[in-house]
Amino acid sequence: MKYFRSHVLVCVDPECLEKGAHQVMDSLNDELVATGLIGEIQVLETSRIGGCASGPEFMVYPEGVHYVGLTPDDIPFLVDEHFLKGRIATKFQAPVKKIVDEELSAPTAKEVRIVLRNCGIIDPENIEDYIAQDGYMALAKVLGEMSSDDVLTEMKLSGLRGRGGAGFPTHLKWQFTRDSKSDLRYVICNADEGDPGAFMNRRVLESDPHSVIEGMAIAAYTIGARYGYVYCRAEYPIAVRTLNLAINQAKAMGLLGENIMGTDFSFDLEVRMGAGAFVCGEETALMNSIEGKRGEPRPRPPFPAVKGLWDKPTNINNVETYANVPQIILKGAEWFSSFGTEKSKGTKTFALAGDINHTGLIEVPFGISLREIIYDVGKGIKEDKAFKAVQTGGPMGGCLPAKDLDLSVDYEALIAAGSMMGSGGMVVMDEGTCMVDIARFFMDFIQDESCGKCTPCRVGTKRILEILDRICDGKGMEGDIELLEELCTQVKSNSLCGLGQGAPNPVESTLRHFRSEYEAHIFDKKCPAKVCKSLIRYEIQEIACTGCTVCARNCPVDAISGERRSPHFIDPDVCIRCGICVQVCNFNAIEVI
Amino acid sequence: MTMEAVFMTEIQAAVEKAILLHGESRSELIPILNDVNHALGYLPAAALEEISFRLKSPRSALFSVASFYHMLSTKPRGEHVIQFCESAPCHVVGGREVWQTLREQVGLEDGETSADGKWSLITTSCLGLCGVGPVIVIDEDAYGNVKPDQIADILAKYTD
Repeated sequence: MKYFRSHVLVCVDPECLEKGAHQVMDSLNDELVATGLIGEIQVLETSRIGGCASGPEFMVYPEGVHYVGLTPDDIPFLVDEHFLKGRIATKFQAPVKKIVDEELSAPTAKEVRIVLRNCGIIDPENIEDYIAQDGYMALAKVLGEMSSDDVLTEMKLSGLRGRGGAGFPTHLKWQFTRDSKSDLRYVICNADEGDPGAFMNRRVLESDPHSVIEGMAIAAYTIGARYGYVYCRAEYPIAVRTLNLAINQAKAMGLLGENIMGTDFSFDLEVRMGAGAFVCGEETALMNSIEGKRGEPRPRPPFPAVKGLWDKPTNINNVETYANVPQIILKGAEWFSSFGTEKSKGTKTFALAGDINHTGLIEVPFGISLREIIYDVGKGIKEDKAFKAVQTGGPMGGCLPAKDLDLSVDYEALIAAGSMMGSGGMVVMDEGTCMVDIARFFMDFIQDESCGKCTPCRVGTKRILEILDRICDGKGMEGDIELLEELCTQVKSNSLCGLGQGAPNPVESTLRHFRSEYEAHIFDKKCPAKVCKSLIRYEIQEIACTGCTVCARNCPVDAISGERRSPHFIDPDVCIRCGICVQVCNFNAIEVI
Repeated sequence: MTMEAVFMTEIQAAVEKAILLHGESRSELIPILNDVNHALGYLPAAALEEISFRLKSPRSALFSVASFYHMLSTKPRGEHVIQFCESAPCHVVGGREVWQTLREQVGLEDGETSADGKWSLITTSCLGLCGVGPVIVIDEDAYGNVKPDQIADILAKYTD
């Protein structure tokens, strides 16, 4: 083979051609002949290198230098500089594009990317990009050399547990479904990622859909399923589109459909869209929704592995669980289980949100501490404020205070601390957050999303919300805390599905860790974080007030009075606590009490 | 043709198209309802009746499904639908102030449609855009990192 020390890739996309890419190429070849370099440097045509708008353009490898805005007349200078003298001709060099990805930046030292390995790296709309990253190799390995039992053994050794939040061992679910007697079995991917603050699954579906498809195909082979569904929420239109595109590409390549890779195994996959109902993330409600019914949960048992979709044995896993499967098959259970703790193996993706400097997606090994996640990976609290709490596990999770920062993040430790793993939302809150308000907020959400089928959840959450409403409104009464505790216990133990059983968690965890805030609201009629409007008052400090009248002129309800150049006064009965006066005051004279 | 007749033709066309695409099967009900809702802006009683006839499924069953899901509406919606994300991540980064300003500027409360039929204001659960909260979505355009003083400019884009 002929050896070249350098390759020049000239973009010949229509836009560059129109701007004279071929003339530049001719000039380049002429100049290389003239300088005697033609035997050392190869000129090739390529496409899509990203600078057509300022073309003609080419890339020089191995340096990876990108030149743009070239004319044939520039070529002699460029050849002289770059190829003879070995200096980069900076005046033609394309400005380095900084990719701003607010969700996913370069991984920090503490991160390990297994599920997110391809996100932001491959083109999700091109199956070949995925195949180039060893895509569908795991499926080929399974179909070619592994039996159903082999796969189950590998999954068991890997220790993979459900990433939807409950952490049920994946291999057991697969085995139960496989061992249920039936002529037909289904696999479902739960992509109804409804937890507020969680968007890990959306990102995986949008950036690496084939990893989920491949994981599902492996599951289908193992349990003997012919058909599968991905149930994706309608709030994620791009994910649905990308997934449909990916499925069609996989079908065209024979990686889905009849006789996959020339074997007896056939598997078809379809995307089903929700229509906006949080409870459909619950597996039995989800199956009702796929069947075209109201998304209300069914009592369990029977579990889906025995009687699921259309009463057939069904295996249902989360997006992230499936995305882990191909890597486990390819790299082995031993590699996978080298990450994490004794009982929680591998990695977990989290979506960081709230008052944290680096919001977005992260993937960390189990066993990392909350402190490392918040301060090392998340770069600390915004504006250097003090950390107050982190809410994990979505709306049915709990708030953990500063004393739990050194907690190891794994399924068991989070539950022991009164929260849960959940699907991976992490909302970080700083000192300016009122925990009673937050509890009320989550209860409002759950109350709204309760499907209404069972009474403890339908009525119980409503009553809890009413009590929280009155506490925040300054009308809390003695005995309210005890009443809340009792209601929480009842709702938790008597509700039909995970939504109701988890509903009291935000209240219970805030009561446990921030009880004094509840007491301040009820007994002192004060909101320590100064958030609850009925419990705060705005007051002008006489010493600081210059009597400039700005506050009085901006007050929407004329609650502020006072002579020019003398201290002003706010009438608390008229004041609506809108906070405009604080914003407009130039002398920081107004305080919230 | 009277207005009603025009509307009936429109309904029949939307239902026909959805059923053609998804098939005349009860299990395809939600995709069908989604499509018709998208085409007509909501699910008029006449549309449910037509679907009920085609799928051989009782109207009560259809109504129970249509009224269950947030994204399906059995009442007419405005020309532009404003969705405000009311989830916690948006809430803690200033969503409360944005919601307040939004309600004031369109003069509507949650779930209402303006008298002139221009706006509908609804809250939505998490849209998964938590990295850029607070988030509002108007029709199909998402706006992130919204500050209260930007709302007037955003709304002005929809003034024809």
